[in-house]
Amino acid sequence: MSFDLGLVIEYFPRLLSGAGLTVELIAISSLVGICIAVPVGLMRVSASPTLRNLSLAYVFFFRGTPLLIQIFLVYYGLSQFEAVRNSVLWPFLRQPYWCAIVAFALNTGAYTAEILRGAMQAVPRGEIEAARAFGMSTALLFRRVILPRAVRIGWPAYGNEVIFMIKGSALASTITLLDLTGMARTIIAKTYAPVEIFLAAGLIYLAIVFVLTRAFRRIEARLNRYLLHESA
Amino acid sequence: MFDLKGFGDQLLLGALMTVGLALSVLCVGTILGLAGAIAKLSKSAPARFAAETYTAVLRGIPELLIVLVIYFGSSGLLTAAAEAMGHDGFVELSPFAAGVTALSLVFGAYATEVFRGAILAIPKGQIEAARAIGMNRRLVFLRVTLPQLWRVALPGLGNLFLVSQKDTALVSVIGLEELTRKAAFATGFTKAPFTFYMAAAVLYLTITSVTMVGLHLAERRASRGMPGMRG
Repeated sequence: MSFDLGLVIEYFPRLLSGAGLTVELIAISSLVGICIAVPVGLMRVSASPTLRNLSLAYVFFFRGTPLLIQIFLVYYGLSQFEAVRNSVLWPFLRQPYWCAIVAFALNTGAYTAEILRGAMQAVPRGEIEAARAFGMSTALLFRRVILPRAVRIGWPAYGNEVIFMIKGSALASTITLLDLTGMARTIIAKTYAPVEIFLAAGLIYLAIVFVLTRAFRRIEARLNRYLLHESA
Repeated sequence: MFDLKGFGDQLLLGALMTVGLALSVLCVGTILGLAGAIAKLSKSAPARFAAETYTAVLRGIPELLIVLVIYFGSSGLLTAAAEAMGHDGFVELSPFAAGVTALSLVFGAYATEVFRGAILAIPKGQIEAARAIGMNRRLVFLRVTLPQLWRVALPGLGNLFLVSQKDTALVSVIGLEELTRKAAFATGFTKAPFTFYMAAAVLYLTITSVTMVGLHLAERRASRGMPGMRG
C-alpha cells in the first residue's frame, strides 16, 4: 500500500479535461433547468388546478426518484419506443451527452421550481399590495416585483442546488461519458491505482465547489447591495 | 406497458434491499452525525478541525465518487492490514458494506450540521439549571440535551433520510442487487428498459411517500406536549 504521486501528476491533465466536460454539462443543464423552472414555478402558484396538479406531478416525480433512474430512463428507456427512434430528435437522444443534459435539466428544473415557488410565496404581502395599488397588471407585478424579489430570496437555496448538481453530474460516467468521474474510472482501469486517482478527482471536485460557492456569495452580496445593513 | 414479464418479484426483492440499505445508513449515519456535532461544539481545537474537514470534504465530493473510492480503495488498505496480521490473500468489502460505509459517511456529514443546529437550539437556561442541580456535563447531555434533540433535529434528519434513500441507487454501480440493479438486470432480458426503469421509479416513489407519512407521524409524536408545534 503506497501512494504514487507521480501517477497523479502524469494523469492530472486528463483529469482536468474531464473536469472541463463536468463544468460544461453543469452549465448547459442549469441554464435549461432555469428555463424549465420559471414556467413550472409559476404553474405551482397558478389559480388553475390543472396547471397546479400538472406541475406538482412533475416536481413529485423528479424529486422523488433517484437521478440515476432518471438518466437510465432517458438514455436506455426512450429507445424502447419506435416513435422516438423515428423522430427528428433521435440523432440527439441516442447520444449519451444529450441524454445526460436532458436528465440533469429535468431534475434540476424540478428542484429549482420548488425553490422559486417558496421564494415567490415569501415575498412580503405589503410589496405586492403596494404594486397593486399603483395599478400594475398581474404580468407587470410578476416581472417588476415578485420575480426580482424571489430571485434574491431564493438565491442561497439555488446555490445549494447547483452544488448538488455538480455532485450529481458524476452520474454522467454511468452512461459512458468521460466527465471527471468517468475519466478517473478509465484511468483506474488502466493503472489499478484507485486511491491516488479518485483522491485527485475528489480534490478537483472540491475546488469546483469552492469556486462556485464563492461566486454565489459574491453575486448574493451584489443582488442585495441595496440592503446596506444586511449585506455581509 | 406495465407487463413485468415475471420480474415483478425480483423488483420487490430489490426494493427490500434498498430499504434495508437505507435503514442501515440511517443508523450508522445518525451516530456519525451526532459524534460530528459534539466534535464541532467541543472545546478541543483538533476535534473541531477534524469535524470541519470531515463535513467540508464529504459534502463537496460526489456521492458516486465516495462509493467508488470506498469500494475499490478499501481493498488495498484492508489487504495490507490483513497481511500485517499474518493473513494471506485478498480482502475486500462486500458491496453492501461498502455502500453502507460510503453513504453513512455522507449522511453523517450533513447530519452533523443538523445536530449542531439542534444542540444550539436548546435554551441555555435549561443547561444552566441542570448544572446548578449538580449534574455533570455527560449527564446534562444524556438527560437534558439528547431527549430534546430529536424534536428539533427530526425535520432536518427526515430530509436527509429521503435524500439518502435515493442515493442508495448509486450502490448498484458496484454491483449490489438493489432496486436499480434488479431493474437493469430485467431490461437485459426483456429489452424493455423504459418499462422496468419506470417500474423502479414507481417503487422509489412509493418508498418515498411511505417515508414521508412516517416522518410526519414521528414529528407529531416528537412534538407532543409542545403547544403550537403540532403540524
